[in-house]
Amino acid sequence: MTGTTLRLIGCRKAFSDGTVAVHDLNLTIEAGETLAILGPSGCGKTTTLRMIAGLERPDVGQVLFGDHDVTRLPIERRDVGMVFQNYALFPNLTVEGNIAYGLKVRGMSVAERNKRCAELLELVGLQEHAKRGIHELSGGQRQRVALARALAPRPKVLLLDEPLAALDAQLRERLRSELDQLLRSLGITSVFVTHDQGEAMALGDRILVMQQGRIAQLGTPREIYQQPANPFVAGFVGNLNAFSVAGRTVNGLKVSGGELPWAEASEPSTVYCRPEHLRVVTREGHLHGRLLGQFFQGAQSRLLIEVGAAQPLLVDSADSVIHAPGDLIALAIEPQALFALHP
Amino acid sequence: MSSTVLKAHNVAAGGLLKRRLRPTAAWALAPAAAVLAAFWLLPLAHLIVLGGQQRDGAGSGYWQVLSSPQYLGSLAQTCVLAAVVTLAALLVGGITGVFLARQRFFGRTTLVALLTFPLAFPGVVVGFLVILLAGRQGLFAMLGLKLAGERWVFAYSLAGLFLGYLYFSIPRVILTIMAACESLDRSLEEAAHSLGAGHWRVVCDVIIPGLAPALVSCGAICFATSMGAFGTAFTLGTQLNVTPVAIYNVFTNYANFTVAAALSVVLGALTWAVLLLARRMVKQSRTVL
Repeated sequence: MTGTTLRLIGCRKAFSDGTVAVHDLNLTIEAGETLAILGPSGCGKTTTLRMIAGLERPDVGQVLFGDHDVTRLPIERRDVGMVFQNYALFPNLTVEGNIAYGLKVRGMSVAERNKRCAELLELVGLQEHAKRGIHELSGGQRQRVALARALAPRPKVLLLDEPLAALDAQLRERLRSELDQLLRSLGITSVFVTHDQGEAMALGDRILVMQQGRIAQLGTPREIYQQPANPFVAGFVGNLNAFSVAGRTVNGLKVSGGELPWAEASEPSTVYCRPEHLRVVTREGHLHGRLLGQFFQGAQSRLLIEVGAAQPLLVDSADSVIHAPGDLIALAIEPQALFALHP
Repeated sequence: MSSTVLKAHNVAAGGLLKRRLRPTAAWALAPAAAVLAAFWLLPLAHLIVLGGQQRDGAGSGYWQVLSSPQYLGSLAQTCVLAAVVTLAALLVGGITGVFLARQRFFGRTTLVALLTFPLAFPGVVVGFLVILLAGRQGLFAMLGLKLAGERWVFAYSLAGLFLGYLYFSIPRVILTIMAACESLDRSLEEAAHSLGAGHWRVVCDVIIPGLAPALVSCGAICFATSMGAFGTAFTLGTQLNVTPVAIYNVFTNYANFTVAAALSVVLGALTWAVLLLARRMVKQSRTVL
């Protein structure tokens, strides 16, 4: 299965009540790439996916699969595989019947259909469940049937709408890595929508963060996390500490609780850092504050530290030292872990 | 329909597990039991017994009914008429119901109100309307005179009866299907489309199976109503050979209680059997769906 390049050129979609769901979106998804569309509800991510699928037609703009303009084609003629949020499996058909449906519609012979069906059952590890009804399956099994059904007709593009959202946390983790391996081994161009940043980071080759119908940032998970384009992206992907800058010193910035190392000439009004980049130190640190609480999270613990700013600081610390609430804590930070954002 | 069946099952199973009914509480059931016995069980038992009585050496009422070509023919005609009405109502009402549930347009609510208006009419009025349409002085008769020089009259035949029954069956189907349509999962249709299915394919593979329980249950109600409807048939003329009219004739004109009772029991049993079958079908389609 070889991938197809996907392009959206100036796609806009407004709803009948006049609210614009997606503003003039330009996007290229490379062949074989997995793109995660991430954003809060109502940001236009599902509408974008549905425009690619052909379930919505853009008011303005074009959708291209390779060099083929598919803007006016309905979903049944686009050759896409789609996994729906609630899986949308046909309740009157068996597992096998569901997987074979797309093949049957295409007029494939029974022998070929059975062969392809067996391949897919093996791919998702459901050989023993071929004759079962859908209502006899667990959530995770249903998810796999939905995936197998979408892949059976060898689509050009695989689209997934919140594929793991309906599962419980532990199962989600396992299916996430299974899905990742599967997508990589198939090399199919795939786009999936999620509101879960962990899922987007784990599965996406690139992540498209959307905000109010526009692209907030498009980049690899590393870029999105380490160089967020604006405070919205930074806040949506992971946790963030914000420091209001009160003034400059020779080598630093004055903030409530102490002074941060800052070598650059500029003087931003706010600087940010991730919670894991603040270290608890025993000697002189850059910042000092009192511990409000400590939450054990397994591999690390999260500390809430009051430094006199509007929000307490979040610190993710790997050491297992237990502090008492009210303790004076010293924190240090590397200069390169601090960054400014342009809203 | 099947949910009530399931509920009944649950209640029965729960009743076995729970402690037995307190004697004082059982007294509370007495009025219900009295009403049931007085208005339902006793007359029905009497009816069944009456149908089995011998009279004038002509055999029991049941034998007279089951051996008479006239009565059997009337039963068959009633059955066929009810079945055809049901199928036609499901076809017309089903398509209309899906359309009305799915489309939004100006005047939709008014149209729904107008289409369901016949539910408010008694059978006699429906019969009257059929006569106004296709009777000797009806609209079709006038039209026929103008166009072909002869009156087109079909109100007093089975065609008129068919029209009348259809008239009050369609609104029921529309209402039931509209409600069922609202609860259909749209993503199933989108999934079928995504797998390459065209419009008609989706109708056959997704929408009709999804509506099957509703179609079967409202079909059963249409059938039962058409089997027993009397008002319309009586208004259109006593010459019509349908069982409810036959019962009336035997009962009032010949005072033949035995045959009237036997006919009633057979008609009831037949309708009940069809309803039971329909309920089975719904239950089965539910476990599959």
